[in-house]
Amino acid sequence: MKIQINGKEELIENITNLTELINSKNLKPENIVVEHNTKIVSKEEFENVIITEEDKIEIISFVGGG
Amino acid sequence: MSDLLKIGDKEFKSRLFLGTGKFPNKKIIAKVIEESESKVITVALRRVDLDSKDENVLNYIPKDSILMPNTSGARNAEEAIRIARLAKASGCGNWIKIEVINDNKYLLPDNMETLKAVEVLSKEGFIVLPYMSPDLSMAKRMVDAGAAAIMPLGSPIGSNRGIKTKELVRILVNELNIPVIVDAGIGRPSEACECMEMGCDAVLVNTAIATARDPIEMAKAFSKAVEAGRKAYLAGLGPVKEEGRASSPLTGFLRDESN
Repeated sequence: MKIQINGKEELIENITNLTELINSKNLKPENIVVEHNTKIVSKEEFENVIITEEDKIEIISFVGGG
Repeated sequence: MSDLLKIGDKEFKSRLFLGTGKFPNKKIIAKVIEESESKVITVALRRVDLDSKDENVLNYIPKDSILMPNTSGARNAEEAIRIARLAKASGCGNWIKIEVINDNKYLLPDNMETLKAVEVLSKEGFIVLPYMSPDLSMAKRMVDAGAAAIMPLGSPIGSNRGIKTKELVRILVNELNIPVIVDAGIGRPSEACECMEMGCDAVLVNTAIATARDPIEMAKAFSKAVEAGRKAYLAGLGPVKEEGRASSPLTGFLRDESN
């Protein structure tokens, strides 16, 4: 399946929902914020969001800044 | 007597807000926060670098800090509003520093777009602290739009040029009834002290501390300077005169007055 993560195209396999996607990237839900097709997804909803072809996903976290 | 700074529903002692960018490593950030006793800590939001194993900056910020994400990267109100909503969705609080910049040379904020973001985000329940170019009428509009504090710049971000906008900031301090926090360009503890002496409520410092030879010692120096400036302001500075006025008595000199 072809999706877009953080502006880059990626081919993913065996991933059905956001929880599985986050886990596949070795990320912890508590450290990130996720947008799925421009909608912000709360952590509690990760496993309910089904990933489909051409989905646009943004995975964002806090970094140092002034 | 307590002299707590009150913003939104939070009250705290430290009037030194700290940015977390440009530090040589993240471990220093934790020590800097500890030594400076800063309470309000700024962070940015960015796409996760999926190819790197970089540790999250939040791991180095104490849990009892007040996190103030900035909307850096936003070039207009719409982008700032999106970033703010993402920050809030993280569950780390509802404070937001609105930073809207479409000037790549001086990094000066766009006051008009900032005002638009203040209007929208205040209505959504954020505690909004807009970073702005000091202009009284704009600041008043931001206050009316629901800003919790106003953050005028001292000089361009990262320039360490000091409080070049001093006279305009003084006007904001005199005329606004919400906290005024100088943010950007403060390069020395003496400049932070200067802001506090003239009645600013706090200062935000990042580059001057992060790029010092010893950031931890510099953070301590800034903390003391902010405290000194605040004490001086509360103590009431003496009047400035055109001519000299002797400090020692003008009578009882050890000489004959006829000479």
